[in-house]
Amino acid sequence: MKITFDWLKDHLKTNLKEKNLLEKLTNIGLEVESVESLSSDNQLFKVAKIIKIEKHPNADRLKVCDVNIGEKELKKVVCGATNANEGLITIYAPPGATIPKTNTKLEIVKIRGVTSYGMLCSESELNLSDESDGITELSKKYEKNIGKSYFSKSKSNIIDLSITPNRPDCLGVKGIARDLAASGFGRLIVSKEKQIKLKTKQTLKVKINKEKGQGCSAFGSCLIKNVKNNESPQWLKDKLISVGQKPISAIVDVTNYVMLDINRPLHAYDADKIEKGIIVRNSKSGEEFTALDNKIYKLEKGMCVISDNKGVLGLGGIIGGTRTATEFDTKNILLESAYFDPRSIRNTAKKLNLDTDAKFRFERGIDPLSIETGLKKAASLIQEICGGEVSKIDIQKIESYKTKTINFDVNSFENIVGFKISEKEMKRILTDLGFIIKKEKNFLKLKVPSWRPDISQQIDIIEELVRISGYDKIKTLDPIKERSKSTLTKTQRLFHFLQRAIASKGYLETITWSFTDQSYNDHFRETNKEVKIVNPISSELGVLRNSIFSNLIMYMSKNLDRGFKDLSIFEIGPVFTGSNPGEQKIVVCGLSAGKKSRLSWIDKERNIDLFDAKRDVVQTLNEAGYNSDQFFIDSKTPNYYHPGKSGRIFLDHSKDKVAACFGEIHPNILKKIDIKTDNLIGFEIFLENLKLPRQTFKDQKLKFSVSDFQKSERDFAFVVNKDVEAQELISVISNVNPNLISNIKVFDVYEGGNIPDNQKSIAISITIQSSEKTLNDKDLEKINNSIIEAVENKTGAKIRS
Amino acid sequence: MSDLKKIRDEFISKLKGKIDLAELNQIKLDLFGKNGLVSSQFKKIGTIDVSERKKFASDLNIIKDELQDLINFKINEIQKANINEKLEKEKIDVTLPERSFVRGKIHPVSQTIDEISSIFSEIGFSVEEGPDVENEYNNFTALNTPDNHPARDMHDTFYLDDKKERLLRTHTSPVQIRTMLKDKPPFKIIAPGRTYRSDSDQTHSPMFHQVEGLHIDKNINMGHLKGCLNYFIKEFFEVKKIKMRFRPSHFPFTEPSAEVDIGYEIKDGKIVIGEGDQWLEILGCGMVHPNVLKNVKVDPTKFQGYAFGIGIDRLAMLKYGINDLRAFFDCDYRWLNHFGFDPLDVPTNYRGLSR
Repeated sequence: MKITFDWLKDHLKTNLKEKNLLEKLTNIGLEVESVESLSSDNQLFKVAKIIKIEKHPNADRLKVCDVNIGEKELKKVVCGATNANEGLITIYAPPGATIPKTNTKLEIVKIRGVTSYGMLCSESELNLSDESDGITELSKKYEKNIGKSYFSKSKSNIIDLSITPNRPDCLGVKGIARDLAASGFGRLIVSKEKQIKLKTKQTLKVKINKEKGQGCSAFGSCLIKNVKNNESPQWLKDKLISVGQKPISAIVDVTNYVMLDINRPLHAYDADKIEKGIIVRNSKSGEEFTALDNKIYKLEKGMCVISDNKGVLGLGGIIGGTRTATEFDTKNILLESAYFDPRSIRNTAKKLNLDTDAKFRFERGIDPLSIETGLKKAASLIQEICGGEVSKIDIQKIESYKTKTINFDVNSFENIVGFKISEKEMKRILTDLGFIIKKEKNFLKLKVPSWRPDISQQIDIIEELVRISGYDKIKTLDPIKERSKSTLTKTQRLFHFLQRAIASKGYLETITWSFTDQSYNDHFRETNKEVKIVNPISSELGVLRNSIFSNLIMYMSKNLDRGFKDLSIFEIGPVFTGSNPGEQKIVVCGLSAGKKSRLSWIDKERNIDLFDAKRDVVQTLNEAGYNSDQFFIDSKTPNYYHPGKSGRIFLDHSKDKVAACFGEIHPNILKKIDIKTDNLIGFEIFLENLKLPRQTFKDQKLKFSVSDFQKSERDFAFVVNKDVEAQELISVISNVNPNLISNIKVFDVYEGGNIPDNQKSIAISITIQSSEKTLNDKDLEKINNSIIEAVENKTGAKIRS
Repeated sequence: MSDLKKIRDEFISKLKGKIDLAELNQIKLDLFGKNGLVSSQFKKIGTIDVSERKKFASDLNIIKDELQDLINFKINEIQKANINEKLEKEKIDVTLPERSFVRGKIHPVSQTIDEISSIFSEIGFSVEEGPDVENEYNNFTALNTPDNHPARDMHDTFYLDDKKERLLRTHTSPVQIRTMLKDKPPFKIIAPGRTYRSDSDQTHSPMFHQVEGLHIDKNINMGHLKGCLNYFIKEFFEVKKIKMRFRPSHFPFTEPSAEVDIGYEIKDGKIVIGEGDQWLEILGCGMVHPNVLKNVKVDPTKFQGYAFGIGIDRLAMLKYGINDLRAFFDCDYRWLNHFGFDPLDVPTNYRGLSR
């Protein structure tokens, strides 16, 4: 909402300065977004006329215009606008002027070899509107103003306020003045309405159809006959320009002025173009009309339209139509002042993707009791400027407005806000804001002003009182340092532990978007449901990720393109399994590319491989409290891993839930996404599948037992069929006697040579130690034999002699 | 007697000469071996006349000790010389580089979340979470933002179905609803997490992070809200004093509502928080609206309290001088390395939030 201090002063008597005003506005919740200074610079923008146009010799799209700016000589200006035509009256900015929109200072420049003295401006460049298609077009009436400044000499700055959606009343200058007055910034001027004589009858019949979902509950109107539509007088033009509006014609300008002044949207029809009478009704499916923005709208069923016998004239409270638009030659006008239901306005505007000033106001709620005031104010101004006779006011209603009342307990204020104000002060503030107060025994009975649709209960009153009193009066009560509940749950602690454990192994943590590119996602989706976003920001971000790999690979690829070769990144975050709340799980996903070590003076070069990833995962789980001796590994990994070079980790042999996966990313995927590495190793840890460690540190640390008896190490080499997994051998050995056998390590795997083709040799070392005695040779021999026997029997292995 | 003296003199002179370790060992053997010269003399002790035996034994021991000491001394000397010689050969260029190492890093947003949790932990808040996919009710309706409310326009929402029933949460406030529906008051929680709006430009990212705060109990008023945020901001920016401004605003789910600005100035091109006369908006807050409490079956005549929502990314940007929001999610190796934190730097109260 744009205002000026000058305009405010129409409603507010004050001696205070603009600086105080800005502070006060923000302090009462009418946030000042920006202050645009309309400096003397503005006087530089002149009304000008294009006299002659030539094609630019070196550029097809540019024109060289000779422009009359009221001086003897014509100015040469290079212009690219398609609407720059000979005879057009427009706005010229000379070198030295600063373009309001871009804040750039113009200079005399050569554009493709032709010198341009200044610029012809579009409305958007002057902050007059959002119209950036072509340069400003002024009506013929401006001919006499050529060479004169387009903007008035007003020194007032444009103050742009961010009005919160609960305050439609402050979309009018008067509403803002009322709030300021209540807060002690000046006194509200009660404007005397000019009495005009309303003699004739309103002869155009208006009817609101009583039907389901009718969006209009009241329609006020008056006829003004024999007007002479004109350009607005200077004061009115200045006023509109001062807040960045473009004057059009007196009738339109007056309706805009009333809207900006008291937030009462009006609409003026050319009464002669209305067939018989006005019918306010629900639209039929497929009805069409051309709106004032020159677009044709096809309507759905049930939109609130203003129509006549021939069809739709406009969308009530949103936009009028061209058929009954007022022109300079309009003689008789019908002025509309109605109340439209916010919900209906919102639905219609959303469906048609339409946003207008009127819509913005009606959807927030217009004062239902301003119908007559608005009509009278506008009619008297139109009569003053354009002459004519004003008819009596006709108001059709299908519903009456009922004043809301609230019983306000004065003690509730301190209870919520924490400080006190006197009842007297409360009454003063509320009265200034337009409430009517009746004192009852234990409370104040408040009648809510009709322009405040946002107020319906006690808390709303408390807000008004504290807002106007000032938030600076709220005391600062220091918090008490006391904790009755642990800050994090066990799962949350595990989350943070895994996050830092992985990072400590050389991975850079990334955060990528929860959505991803469908084509990438498909590689990692498996049989999971695809979760589409209906309105994605772009098609490359169209689905929720089923796996974190899709994003990590994309960004890995970007980093490889930047020239980094050896890289490990990870993310801990949600992946999605469905479109319902809760259908998501936390995954720690890591991805590495390149070499574990590059050639150096001391180390050999080595590609990063799946056993690096496996180590990172196993070590991390181990650090997090899971016993890796009990892990069970298989190779039934998801299809985005290399089928032969990947594995799944279970916390124990019950194989309840997959704790993690690791391995090479499937070569087919690397090929399809064309990534600059042939070596991509990944892992995933599934947080929800990790059983929370039951034992606390307290339990764990309590038991400490070690053996000081002598330990012996023994090595074995078994020849087994190739498909026998090392894990199986280890498991068999450990089961021979878990109390005595520990530290089972595979130290060699060998194929070929004197080993048969379908077999391999696995060499294992173990530690044998008792917690009760030193084992003698006989004991050790016995264990040795049991191990060999068990392995041979259960895995078909043969001990290598 | 002369035998002993002879042996002694002969070997002392040998030992004093220049000999190597092998020769020394030979001497040792010659003297103290099974049939060594000294060993044989000891065997003789029994055959010697009783009157001379004592003296003989005593002389023999003296000679034995003398020779042994000398041999040990010689061995030491030679070993020392050998080691010194070896050390001389083994000298290596220690300025050659060490074996390579890689450092992982924690993302600044994660670090900031840990900092925030640490601060609020101190004053008794616990951490709650909610799903990223929400239903329309929890995200809007329960938060007193009915279907026709213009405030919905301010949230450019990503929807997952045409009926607009499933969406990506536009703020962390639905966690308020979930928490209050699940438990009984009092409530004292923060809820950090991902949030989404279909907005993408220089200063907006379609995904960002918020932390929600909620404190509901008997008699919690706006003074407590002010105190809590004042404490948080001071702790977070690790400054002694903070300039803070509460400004009336409007959110459908709180009333009265406020936006909070903090004072700052630009010094040498960098933002300095807490001083200066510029204002920077950093969060929205207010007293939880009675309608919201009613929606979650909490009696607003008995319980009341405040809620707030803070942009985490923005806090991180302000604290660590990060200019571009979009870089947070770009995964540029160089950026992550520069702005990331060492995993061992866990923010805690006793150790301090940051270095």
